[in-house]
Amino acid sequence: MTDLQVSLVSADNEVWSGQAKQVVARTTEGEIGILGGHEPLLAILASGEVRITVTDGTVIKANAADGFLSVENNNVTIVARDAELSE
Amino acid sequence: MGAQLRVYRQKIKSAQTTKKITRAMELISASRIQKALARVQASGPYSRAITRAVSAVATFSNVDHILTTEPEKVERAAVVIFSSDRGLAGAFNSNVLREAEELATLLRSQGKDIVYYLVGRKSVGYFAFRRREFVQSWVGETDAPEFSTAKEIGDAVVAKFLQPTSEGGVDEIHIVYNRFVSMLTQSPEVVRLLPLEVVEGVDEPGDDAVLPLYEFEPEVGDVLDALLPVYIESRIFNAMLQSAASKHAATQKAMKSASDNADKLIKDYTRLANNARQSEITQQISEIVGGADALSGSK
Repeated sequence: MTDLQVSLVSADNEVWSGQAKQVVARTTEGEIGILGGHEPLLAILASGEVRITVTDGTVIKANAADGFLSVENNNVTIVARDAELSE
Repeated sequence: MGAQLRVYRQKIKSAQTTKKITRAMELISASRIQKALARVQASGPYSRAITRAVSAVATFSNVDHILTTEPEKVERAAVVIFSSDRGLAGAFNSNVLREAEELATLLRSQGKDIVYYLVGRKSVGYFAFRRREFVQSWVGETDAPEFSTAKEIGDAVVAKFLQPTSEGGVDEIHIVYNRFVSMLTQSPEVVRLLPLEVVEGVDEPGDDAVLPLYEFEPEVGDVLDALLPVYIESRIFNAMLQSAASKHAATQKAMKSASDNADKLIKDYTRLANNARQSEITQQISEIVGGADALSGSK
Protein backbone atom coordinates (compact mmCIF):
# COMPACT_ATOMS: atom_id res chain seq x y z
CA MET A 1 0.00 0.00 0.00
CA THR A 2 1.23 3.52 -0.70
CA ASP A 3 2.69 5.41 2.18
CA LEU A 4 1.33 8.63 3.53
CA GLN A 5 3.38 11.80 3.65
CA VAL A 6 2.43 13.23 7.00
CA SER A 7 3.18 16.60 8.49
CA LEU A 8 2.04 17.84 11.84
CA VAL A 9 2.30 21.60 12.21
CA SER A 10 1.50 23.97 15.03
CA ALA A 11 1.27 27.75 14.96
CA ASP A 12 4.97 28.41 15.39
CA ASN A 13 6.73 25.39 13.99
CA GLU A 14 6.53 22.09 12.19
CA VAL A 15 6.29 19.49 14.93
CA TRP A 16 6.86 16.35 12.91
CA SER A 17 6.94 15.25 9.31
CA GLY A 18 7.73 12.03 7.52
CA GLN A 19 6.41 8.88 5.91
CA ALA A 20 3.73 6.88 7.66
CA LYS A 21 1.45 3.90 7.16
CA GLN A 22 -1.49 5.08 9.14
CA VAL A 23 -2.82 8.14 10.90
CA VAL A 24 -5.51 8.06 13.54
CA ALA A 25 -7.02 11.31 14.75
CA ARG A 26 -10.07 12.48 16.62
CA THR A 27 -12.36 14.79 14.70
CA THR A 28 -15.52 16.44 15.92
CA GLU A 29 -17.46 13.51 14.44
CA GLY A 30 -15.36 10.84 16.07
CA GLU A 31 -12.14 8.97 15.53
CA ILE A 32 -10.92 8.60 12.01
CA GLY A 33 -8.24 6.33 10.63
CA ILE A 34 -6.46 7.20 7.42
CA LEU A 35 -4.54 4.78 5.23
CA GLY A 36 -2.89 5.31 1.88
CA GLY A 37 -5.27 6.15 -0.95
CA HIS A 38 -7.80 7.90 1.25
CA GLU A 39 -10.18 10.29 -0.50
CA PRO A 40 -9.51 14.02 -0.12
CA LEU A 41 -10.85 15.12 3.22
CA LEU A 42 -11.00 18.22 5.32
CA ALA A 43 -12.07 17.66 8.90
CA ILE A 44 -12.13 19.69 12.08
CA LEU A 45 -10.13 18.20 14.94
CA ALA A 46 -11.54 17.75 18.37
CA SER A 47 -8.85 18.06 21.00
CA GLY A 48 -7.27 14.73 21.61
CA GLU A 49 -4.57 12.36 20.63
CA VAL A 50 -3.19 11.86 17.15
CA ARG A 51 -1.43 8.55 16.49
CA ILE A 52 0.88 8.22 13.54
CA THR A 53 2.14 4.75 12.62
CA VAL A 54 5.48 5.30 10.93
CA THR A 55 6.59 3.07 8.05
CA ASP A 56 8.76 0.92 10.31
CA GLY A 57 5.89 0.22 12.67
CA THR A 58 6.66 2.57 15.53
CA VAL A 59 3.85 4.74 16.74
CA ILE A 60 4.21 8.46 17.32
CA LYS A 61 1.68 10.05 19.58
CA ALA A 62 0.89 13.71 19.69
CA ASN A 63 -1.60 16.00 21.34
CA ALA A 64 -3.38 18.35 19.03
CA ALA A 65 -6.06 20.85 19.84
CA ASP A 66 -7.89 23.52 17.88
CA GLY A 67 -7.14 22.58 14.35
CA PHE A 68 -8.00 20.59 11.31
CA LEU A 69 -6.88 17.68 9.24
CA SER A 70 -6.55 17.59 5.50
CA VAL A 71 -5.91 14.63 3.25
CA GLU A 72 -5.14 14.79 -0.45
CA ASN A 73 -3.03 12.63 -2.74
CA ASN A 74 -1.64 10.71 0.23
CA ASN A 75 -0.51 13.94 1.84
CA VAL A 76 -1.85 14.27 5.35
CA THR A 77 -1.56 17.61 7.06
CA ILE A 78 -2.56 17.96 10.66
CA VAL A 79 -2.74 21.60 11.59
CA ALA A 80 -3.28 22.63 15.16
CA ARG A 81 -2.75 25.83 17.05
CA ASP A 82 -1.20 23.84 19.85
CA ALA A 83 0.41 20.58 18.95
CA GLU A 84 3.12 18.66 20.68
CA LEU A 85 4.51 15.17 20.67
CA SER A 86 3.64 13.17 23.73
CA GLU A 87 5.48 10.20 25.09
CA MET B 1 45.43 73.71 26.73
CA GLY B 2 43.62 76.35 24.73
CA ALA B 3 39.86 76.79 24.93
CA GLN B 4 39.37 75.88 21.29
CA LEU B 5 41.29 72.64 21.62
CA ARG B 6 39.34 71.66 24.75
CA VAL B 7 36.02 72.15 22.95
CA TYR B 8 37.10 69.88 20.09
CA ARG B 9 38.33 67.20 22.48
CA GLN B 10 34.94 67.24 24.26
CA LYS B 11 33.13 66.81 20.97
CA ILE B 12 35.34 63.89 19.99
CA LYS B 13 34.69 62.23 23.32
CA SER B 14 30.94 62.67 22.97
CA ALA B 15 30.92 61.23 19.44
CA GLN B 16 32.94 58.27 20.65
CA THR B 17 30.48 57.51 23.44
CA THR B 18 27.54 57.75 21.06
CA LYS B 19 29.29 55.45 18.66
CA LYS B 20 29.75 52.83 21.37
CA ILE B 21 26.00 52.82 21.99
CA THR B 22 24.95 52.74 18.35
CA ARG B 23 27.49 50.03 17.56
CA ALA B 24 26.12 47.90 20.40
CA MET B 25 22.54 48.40 19.22
CA GLU B 26 23.58 47.50 15.69
CA LEU B 27 25.09 44.22 16.85
CA ILE B 28 22.13 43.39 19.06
CA SER B 29 19.58 43.87 16.29
CA ALA B 30 21.80 42.00 13.83
CA SER B 31 21.64 38.97 16.07
CA ARG B 32 17.90 39.40 16.60
CA ILE B 33 17.10 39.54 12.88
CA GLN B 34 18.21 35.94 12.48
CA LYS B 35 16.00 34.81 15.33
CA ALA B 36 13.02 36.77 14.00
CA LEU B 37 13.54 35.42 10.49
CA ALA B 38 13.74 31.89 11.82
CA ARG B 39 10.35 32.43 13.46
CA VAL B 40 8.87 33.74 10.22
CA GLN B 41 10.20 30.60 8.51
CA ALA B 42 8.94 28.30 11.24
CA SER B 43 5.43 29.66 11.03
CA GLY B 44 5.44 29.11 7.27
CA PRO B 45 4.09 25.53 7.17
CA TYR B 46 1.16 26.45 9.41
CA SER B 47 0.04 29.45 7.39
CA ARG B 48 0.59 27.60 4.10
CA ALA B 49 -1.52 24.67 5.28
CA ILE B 50 -4.30 26.96 6.45
CA THR B 51 -4.24 29.09 3.32
CA ARG B 52 -4.45 25.98 1.18
CA ALA B 53 -7.34 24.60 3.18
CA VAL B 54 -9.23 27.89 3.12
CA SER B 55 -8.81 28.26 -0.61
CA ALA B 56 -9.89 24.65 -1.07
CA VAL B 57 -13.10 25.27 0.83
CA ALA B 58 -13.71 28.61 -0.83
CA THR B 59 -13.12 27.24 -4.32
CA PHE B 60 -15.01 23.98 -4.09
CA SER B 61 -18.11 24.99 -2.31
CA ASN B 62 -20.63 27.65 -3.05
CA VAL B 63 -21.66 28.17 0.51
CA ASP B 64 -22.44 31.70 1.43
CA HIS B 65 -20.45 32.47 4.49
CA ILE B 66 -20.56 35.78 6.28
CA LEU B 67 -16.78 36.07 6.26
CA THR B 68 -16.50 35.62 2.51
CA THR B 69 -19.48 37.50 1.15
CA GLU B 70 -18.99 41.05 0.06
CA PRO B 71 -21.40 43.37 1.89
CA GLU B 72 -23.57 45.53 -0.35
CA LYS B 73 -22.65 48.74 1.31
CA VAL B 74 -19.52 49.27 3.34
CA GLU B 75 -20.09 51.86 6.01
CA ARG B 76 -17.25 51.28 8.39
CA ALA B 77 -13.82 49.77 8.01
CA ALA B 78 -11.33 48.66 10.62
CA VAL B 79 -7.63 49.32 10.13
CA VAL B 80 -5.07 47.41 12.17
CA ILE B 81 -1.67 49.11 12.27
CA PHE B 82 1.44 47.15 13.20
CA SER B 83 4.17 49.47 14.47
CA SER B 84 7.01 48.86 16.91
CA ASP B 85 7.40 49.54 20.61
CA ARG B 86 10.69 51.37 20.30
CA GLY B 87 12.07 53.91 17.89
CA LEU B 88 15.62 54.30 16.58
CA ALA B 89 14.64 52.30 13.54
CA GLY B 90 14.90 54.87 10.79
CA ALA B 91 11.71 55.37 8.83
CA PHE B 92 10.17 52.09 10.04
CA ASN B 93 7.29 53.57 12.00
CA SER B 94 6.74 56.66 9.90
CA ASN B 95 6.50 54.48 6.80
CA VAL B 96 3.79 52.26 8.20
CA LEU B 97 1.90 55.21 9.68
CA ARG B 98 2.07 57.10 6.39
CA GLU B 99 0.77 54.05 4.56
CA ALA B 100 -2.08 53.85 7.06
CA GLU B 101 -2.89 57.53 6.55
CA GLU B 102 -3.01 57.02 2.80
CA LEU B 103 -5.32 54.06 3.24
CA ALA B 104 -7.50 56.11 5.57
CA THR B 105 -7.74 58.93 3.04
CA LEU B 106 -8.71 56.45 0.35
CA LEU B 107 -11.34 54.78 2.51
CA ARG B 108 -12.79 58.13 3.59
CA SER B 109 -13.06 59.22 -0.01
CA GLN B 110 -15.20 56.13 -0.55
CA GLY B 111 -17.45 57.34 2.25
CA LYS B 112 -16.36 54.85 4.89
CA ASP B 113 -15.90 55.47 8.58
CA ILE B 114 -12.67 54.19 10.02
CA VAL B 115 -11.93 52.58 13.35
CA TYR B 116 -8.37 51.85 14.37
CA TYR B 117 -6.68 48.99 16.15
CA LEU B 118 -3.08 49.63 17.09
CA VAL B 119 -0.17 47.33 17.76
CA GLY B 120 3.03 48.79 19.21
CA ARG B 121 3.73 51.79 21.44
CA LYS B 122 4.81 54.04 18.58
CA SER B 123 1.45 54.03 16.84
CA VAL B 124 -0.33 54.53 20.17
CA GLY B 125 1.91 57.55 20.81
CA TYR B 126 1.20 58.90 17.34
CA PHE B 127 -2.55 58.67 17.94
CA ALA B 128 -2.40 60.02 21.48
CA PHE B 129 -0.35 63.05 20.37
CA ARG B 130 -2.94 63.89 17.72
CA ARG B 131 -5.78 63.17 20.15
CA ARG B 132 -7.29 60.63 17.80
CA GLU B 133 -9.47 57.79 18.84
CA PHE B 134 -8.69 54.12 18.58
CA VAL B 135 -10.64 51.10 19.72
CA GLN B 136 -7.99 48.90 21.21
CA SER B 137 -4.22 48.62 21.38
CA TRP B 138 -1.65 45.95 22.12
CA VAL B 139 1.80 47.01 23.29
CA GLY B 140 4.89 45.54 24.84
CA GLU B 141 5.88 42.57 22.75
CA THR B 142 6.41 43.68 19.19
CA ASP B 143 10.02 42.49 19.31
CA ALA B 144 9.04 38.88 19.95
CA PRO B 145 5.36 38.41 19.14
CA GLU B 146 3.38 35.67 20.85
CA PHE B 147 0.72 33.68 19.08
CA SER B 148 -1.69 34.31 21.94
CA THR B 149 -1.61 38.03 21.13
CA ALA B 150 -2.33 37.32 17.48
CA LYS B 151 -5.29 35.25 18.64
CA GLU B 152 -6.52 38.12 20.84
CA ILE B 153 -6.28 40.58 17.97
CA GLY B 154 -7.96 38.11 15.63
CA ASP B 155 -10.80 37.48 18.07
CA ALA B 156 -11.29 41.22 18.60
CA VAL B 157 -11.49 42.12 14.91
CA VAL B 158 -13.58 39.11 13.91
CA ALA B 159 -16.04 39.86 16.73
CA LYS B 160 -16.26 43.44 15.48
CA PHE B 161 -16.78 42.16 11.96
CA LEU B 162 -19.63 39.88 13.00
CA GLN B 163 -21.42 42.73 14.80
CA PRO B 164 -24.14 44.42 12.77
CA THR B 165 -23.02 47.75 11.35
CA SER B 166 -25.82 49.58 13.13
CA GLU B 167 -24.34 48.52 16.47
CA GLY B 168 -20.85 49.69 15.68
CA GLY B 169 -19.61 46.69 13.77
CA VAL B 170 -17.34 46.96 10.76
CA ASP B 171 -17.74 45.69 7.20
CA GLU B 172 -14.10 45.51 6.23
CA ILE B 173 -10.82 44.78 7.95
CA HIS B 174 -7.49 46.02 6.66
CA ILE B 175 -4.04 45.45 8.10
CA VAL B 176 -1.00 47.67 7.57
CA TYR B 177 2.43 46.30 8.36
CA ASN B 178 6.06 46.34 7.25
CA ARG B 179 6.87 43.34 5.10
CA PHE B 180 10.38 41.97 5.33
CA VAL B 181 11.72 41.95 1.77
CA SER B 182 15.43 41.75 2.50
CA MET B 183 17.93 42.94 5.06
CA LEU B 184 17.97 46.30 3.29
CA THR B 185 14.39 46.66 2.18
CA GLN B 186 11.22 46.61 4.23
CA SER B 187 8.12 47.75 2.45
CA PRO B 188 4.91 48.85 4.12
CA GLU B 189 2.05 46.70 2.96
CA VAL B 190 -1.73 47.01 3.08
CA VAL B 191 -3.80 43.84 3.01
CA ARG B 192 -7.55 43.53 3.18
CA LEU B 193 -8.23 40.63 5.54
CA LEU B 194 -11.99 40.54 5.44
CA PRO B 195 -14.05 39.92 3.47
CA LEU B 196 -11.62 37.41 2.03
CA GLU B 197 -10.24 38.78 -1.16
CA VAL B 198 -7.19 37.23 -2.69
CA VAL B 199 -5.87 34.16 -1.04
CA GLU B 200 -2.18 34.77 -1.27
CA GLY B 201 0.57 32.26 -1.41
CA VAL B 202 -1.40 29.65 -3.29
CA ASP B 203 0.09 28.40 -6.52
CA GLU B 204 -2.04 28.84 -9.55
CA PRO B 205 -3.53 25.43 -10.08
CA GLY B 206 -1.57 23.93 -12.95
CA ASP B 207 -2.41 20.66 -14.68
CA ASP B 208 -1.22 18.46 -11.88
CA ALA B 209 -1.89 20.88 -9.06
CA VAL B 210 -5.66 21.01 -9.28
CA LEU B 211 -7.17 21.04 -5.84
CA PRO B 212 -9.09 17.81 -5.30
CA LEU B 213 -12.76 17.64 -4.46
CA TYR B 214 -12.78 17.42 -0.73
CA GLU B 215 -15.04 15.54 1.55
CA PHE B 216 -15.93 17.74 4.49
CA GLU B 217 -16.43 16.70 8.03
CA PRO B 218 -18.77 17.68 9.62
CA GLU B 219 -20.30 20.12 7.05
CA VAL B 220 -18.83 22.66 4.66
CA GLY B 221 -20.29 25.54 6.64
CA ASP B 222 -18.93 24.24 9.93
CA VAL B 223 -15.52 23.66 8.45
CA LEU B 224 -15.48 27.22 7.15
CA ASP B 225 -16.70 28.50 10.52
CA ALA B 226 -13.77 26.84 12.20
CA LEU B 227 -11.18 27.62 9.55
CA LEU B 228 -11.67 31.29 8.89
CA PRO B 229 -10.91 32.68 12.35
CA VAL B 230 -7.81 30.48 12.39
CA TYR B 231 -6.85 31.85 8.99
CA ILE B 232 -7.28 35.42 10.21
CA GLU B 233 -5.16 34.68 13.28
CA SER B 234 -2.43 33.17 11.20
CA ARG B 235 -2.41 36.17 8.84
CA ILE B 236 -2.18 38.51 11.81
CA PHE B 237 0.56 36.43 13.42
CA ASN B 238 2.45 36.47 10.15
CA ALA B 239 2.11 40.26 9.97
CA MET B 240 3.46 40.55 13.53
CA LEU B 241 6.43 38.32 12.79
CA GLN B 242 7.23 40.13 9.54
CA SER B 243 6.93 43.43 11.31
CA ALA B 244 9.29 42.27 14.09
CA ALA B 245 11.90 41.07 11.60
CA SER B 246 11.57 44.33 9.64
CA LYS B 247 11.97 46.37 12.80
CA HIS B 248 15.23 44.63 13.68
CA ALA B 249 16.52 45.05 10.13
CA ALA B 250 15.55 48.73 10.12
CA THR B 251 17.22 49.27 13.49
CA GLN B 252 20.37 47.60 12.29
CA LYS B 253 20.47 49.78 9.19
CA ALA B 254 19.75 52.98 11.12
CA MET B 255 22.34 52.17 13.78
CA LYS B 256 24.93 51.27 11.18
CA SER B 257 24.60 54.64 9.51
CA ALA B 258 24.63 56.32 12.93
CA SER B 259 27.93 54.57 13.74
CA ASP B 260 29.33 55.57 10.35
CA ASN B 261 28.32 59.17 10.96
CA ALA B 262 29.96 59.09 14.38
CA ASP B 263 33.15 57.82 12.72
CA LYS B 264 33.04 60.69 10.28
CA LEU B 265 32.46 63.22 13.05
CA ILE B 266 35.35 61.83 15.07
CA LYS B 267 37.61 62.09 12.04
CA ASP B 268 36.56 65.66 11.24
CA TYR B 269 36.95 66.85 14.83
CA THR B 270 40.33 65.13 15.15
CA ARG B 271 41.55 67.13 12.13
CA LEU B 272 40.23 70.34 13.64
CA ALA B 273 41.75 69.54 17.03
CA ASN B 274 45.13 68.82 15.44
CA ASN B 275 44.92 72.12 13.61
CA ALA B 276 44.09 73.96 16.79
CA ARG B 277 46.95 72.28 18.67
CA GLN B 278 49.41 73.10 15.92
CA SER B 279 48.42 76.73 15.75
CA GLU B 280 48.63 76.94 19.54
CA ILE B 281 52.20 75.62 19.42
CA THR B 282 53.07 77.97 16.58
CA GLN B 283 51.69 80.86 18.54
CA GLN B 284 53.66 79.89 21.66
CA ILE B 285 56.89 79.61 19.67
CA SER B 286 56.41 82.98 18.04
CA GLU B 287 55.63 84.49 21.45
CA ILE B 288 58.86 83.05 22.90
CA VAL B 289 60.90 84.17 19.90
CA GLY B 290 59.32 87.58 19.99
CA GLY B 291 59.94 87.86 23.72
CA ALA B 292 63.60 86.79 23.37
CA ASP B 293 64.05 89.31 20.54
CA ALA B 294 62.62 92.06 22.63
CA LEU B 295 64.86 91.12 25.62
CA SER B 296 68.04 90.93 23.53
CA GLY B 297 67.15 94.19 21.70
CA SER B 298 66.75 96.10 24.99
CA LYS B 299 70.30 95.33 26.23
